[in-house]
Formats: sequence, structure tokens, C-alpha cells
Amino acid sequence: MTGRLVLENLKNRPMRSLLSILLIGVPVTLILTLAGLTQGMLMDSQNRQRGVGADVIVRGKTTTSVINFSGASIPMGMVELVQHEPHVKLAMGVINHPIDLPLVITGIDVAKFNRMTGGFTFDEGRPLQGPDDILVDRFYAEQHHAHAGQTISLMGHAWHIAGVIEPGKLARLVVQMPTLQNLDAATGKIGQIYVKVDDPANINLVVDELRGLLRDYPVNSMADYTAMWNVNQIPAIKEFTMVVVAIGVVIGIAVVCLSMYMAVLQRTREIGILKALGASKGFILSIILIEATLLGAGGTILGIVFSFGAQWLIRTLVPASFQMAIVYDWWPRAALIILTAAILGALYPGLSAARHDPIEALAYE
Amino acid sequence: MSNGAIIETRDLRKVYRVGHVDVPALRGVDLEVQPGEFLSVVGPSGSGKSTLFHIIGGLTPPTAGEVRVDGRNLAALSDAGRTRIRRGTVGFVFQKFNLLPNLTARDNIAVARHIAGLGGKPDPAFDEVLRLLGIAGRLGHKPNALSGGEQQRVAIARAIVNHPAILLADEPTGNLDSENSKAVLEVMRDLNQRLGQTILMITHNPEAAAYGHSTVHMRDGRIVERTGAAS
Repeated sequence: MTGRLVLENLKNRPMRSLLSILLIGVPVTLILTLAGLTQGMLMDSQNRQRGVGADVIVRGKTTTSVINFSGASIPMGMVELVQHEPHVKLAMGVINHPIDLPLVITGIDVAKFNRMTGGFTFDEGRPLQGPDDILVDRFYAEQHHAHAGQTISLMGHAWHIAGVIEPGKLARLVVQMPTLQNLDAATGKIGQIYVKVDDPANINLVVDELRGLLRDYPVNSMADYTAMWNVNQIPAIKEFTMVVVAIGVVIGIAVVCLSMYMAVLQRTREIGILKALGASKGFILSIILIEATLLGAGGTILGIVFSFGAQWLIRTLVPASFQMAIVYDWWPRAALIILTAAILGALYPGLSAARHDPIEALAYE
Repeated sequence: MSNGAIIETRDLRKVYRVGHVDVPALRGVDLEVQPGEFLSVVGPSGSGKSTLFHIIGGLTPPTAGEVRVDGRNLAALSDAGRTRIRRGTVGFVFQKFNLLPNLTARDNIAVARHIAGLGGKPDPAFDEVLRLLGIAGRLGHKPNALSGGEQQRVAIARAIVNHPAILLADEPTGNLDSENSKAVLEVMRDLNQRLGQTILMITHNPEAAAYGHSTVHMRDGRIVERTGAAS
């Protein structure tokens, strides 16, 4: 009976119910979109790193975190040094230059890159040939409406788009390494060394060897390195997420509080009737809390649906800059956060309703 | 203070505070109502009859004096205690019907049982009451689809579904035309005669008051006259 009372209340004020659900859905979408962006971009980076096909990575000694590629702080000569270590099948240096973050242009040694990765898959055009050639991946091409044969300006330099490649191998924008080194005034320097080992069983051995050889440089197996691409390793992202969650909670509390306060005002007389029938304060409070919980549940479902919409929008509008995952593990968290906010938001109007004087409530017009 | 009366008040007083001014609404009311009695309370506006109704119904506590309903001293009860009285001992019928607008007539009746912890469905014997009230075929409708007379009869059904010791009616015909007024009053008289339902009815209308066994006249917060004989 309590459920029917609540459902009928929601059904008979459809605009208020729908608006409340819509407004509660906004912070849910915000939370799921942020979590989805964080996870999506980390997964994309992981996948592109794995796409290189290397077993070990050596990073610059000035690198500050897993997502920071640092500058070109490794002398190119170290590539040869690594190449001559036992069990090293191939060592390949690359250089990176961040442009509009999170986009990075990567300079590669084409021959070694092809040997290590098997080469790019081309949607359009041809491989890098000239010094001003650039390859863009499909996401970048979609976002910037770029095609093979066009010229684009990046880093104050005019690049000729030689081809459009399938994403998933190291970078979205790929150029010849010497050109990027010249533009960065980093001739003879690189940012990372990717190492292919003769046998996967020797990966740890090679890691230990290289750590001994290159004492100031972070050396990791690719498995360990890609595992480090998680939220806990990225400075401030957890705090940022907490702030967004807190904003979501505040919005949720405010929306539910306002909505339920309005509902209590609208239903003052009905509350008076229930009290005249002998409804306890707990019963009145429970009706308000159940209604708020249902609105919160509706808002959570709508927020989840909206997160698919956000993913579609991001994928359509900025596929190269941002990748958003659907974060199923965040659904119950978002629901818990919003339901808590809904209950907190409904407490004041609920207690206010429970305390109504039945005579005054019955006289309310 | 126990002579078998189901309602008994002694020197009952109620003072409302309006701003910084004390406004006495009841100035010492002594009243006895026997079980099975149908008592009408009449008086001009401001005579205190609604305040008396609210105190006997446990909607507000008295300022002073004693009020016993079905053996319990309401003056000594907390808010929760008065809530329990409203849940099981008294049933209300209001001038404006006060049905829950979102629920059907059936659910309006069921909600009273639910609040009383008796489950939503009335006992089978209640079907006879619904037939007596003439609303058995209208239970699936919401209040806005019922006439005023039908709404008031649903309100009466809701008020008595838990078999309260007392039915309190505040101007039950105040919003009805003469035909529906007569129908509602006859239903109340039937309930009193067939089921022995104790009824205390407030009214402005002398014709309506005549349906009761006796009539209490109030003026300026006091009972000034009682006419007719208790059953």
C-alpha cells in the first residue's frame, strides 16, 4: 500500500517526477563520463603501447609519471648499447612532442618500427617517405576531416599527410624521427627505447640487465609498464574524481531536497489526511524517503543511459582527443552515491512533513 | 470519572496563542457521550465546536482539563499516543471529504487499514457496509470521478473500516446539496442504528442535527444547552 501511495504520487505529478529524474541524472552522467573518460583514455594508451609489440621499455630519466613521456633525455647512442645486450632482438628509439594535449606527435625510425610492429595498416595513402610526411590515425582523420594528400600545420611546420592509418600502434600522429628531433632542437636525442626480446622467457633477465646498465633510467617490462596505466598512478586524477563526485552529491542533494520540498508543500493537505488517519511520523517520513529513492533510482538509470549518449558524442566529435569507456563497475557506485544524496536531500522535507500539525495541514488550501 | 461514557470531558479548556495574544477556544467543557449514541454539536462559528472535535479526535491536546476517549485520558498522551488513538479508536469524516486524490476509492479505504496495521483488504463483512453506503460499484474510481455525495460516503467507509469506537464527523453535509446531504445523514443514522456506531457530529444545520439522539449547543467555548435524550 505504501508503494502504491508513492507510485501514484509520482504518476500524478509527471512533470515534477520527470524533471527530478532528469536533474538527478545529470550528476550521474557527470560521474560516469569522468570515470569513463579516465578509464577510456588509459585503456587507449595501454592498447597503443601494447600495439608496439615490444617486451621492455626504457624511459627518460626525467620522466615524472607513467603518463609523462618526458622530453628527449636519452642519447640515441643508448639504442645501440641496448641493441648489443644479450637476448635483445631489436631496440627502437622514439621521440615524442606533445601538441594539443592529449595529442602527441611521435617520431619513429620507420624501418625498425616496421620490424618491431609489422608496420601500420593503411586506410588511405602510403608509408612515410619524405621528411615532412606525416601519418595520422583514423580517429584524428575523422576529428579533423583529414585525408591523405592534404597539408596540415602542426608545431609551426607544414606536414604532408602521407597516409591515414588504423589506430592502435603507438601514436595518432607519426613522423620521421630526424625531422621531429630537428624541430625540437633535440638532434641525437630520443624519449623512449622499446626493446624486443628474443624469447618472452628472457624478458625479466633483459630488464635486470638494462637496469644494471642504465642505472638512472626507468626500465620496465611492457606488461608491468602497461599495468601502471591506472588511475592510482596518475597524479591528481583521484582527487579530481572525488571533487566531481562531491559536486554530484551536492547537486543530487539540492535537486532532491528542492523536489521533495515542493512535493511536501503540494501535498500538505494529503499529509494532514494521513496524519488524521493515524499515520505516524515514521510512516510519513518513509513515504518521502521511498519517493526520493525511486527518483534517485530513476535518475541513476537515466544517467547511465545518458553516459552512452556522452560516449557517442565524444566518439563522434573528438575521437582522437578523448576516448570514453562505459564503466560498468561505476554503475553501482554512482547509484550508491546518488541514492545516498537523494535520501540526504529528502530528509529535511521528510522530517518537515512528519512534523506537520494535522489540523493546519488539513486546513491548507 | 467513569460512568460507562465512551467520551467524557471535564472542565476541558483550550487556549490558542495567536502572536502574543492568548485566545481561549474552550472555556471549561463538560460532556459525556454514551456508547452507541449519535450526538450532534451545534453552535455558531467560533463557539469552540471544531476545537472540541479536534481534541476528542486526538488531533490536538487540551490546554487543561480532562478528556477520556474509550477509557484513555488524551490529556496525558504524547503526540505518538494521540496518533495511536486516531489510528484505532476514532474515525474522521470531514466537510471537504479529504480523500487522497491520487488513490481510488478502494485504495482510500485500504490506506486506513494499512496505517492501522490491518492489511489493505477490508474483512468480508465490510462488503455489507459498502452496500449500505451505496458505493460498492464505485470503488475503482478516483475522487475526481465521484460525486460529492459518493466522496463523502467513501470517506465514511474509510472512517469506519477499522471499526473505531467513535465516528467524528465535522460538517459532513457542509459541501453537499440537500439530496446528497439527506443520503449521507441517513447512512450515518443507519450505521448508528444497525452497527451501534457512536457518532459525534458537528453541524450548523438544525435539520442535520435532528438526526442525532441529542444535540449539544455551544457558545463562546462552553456548552450552553443539551437537548434530546441520550440513547
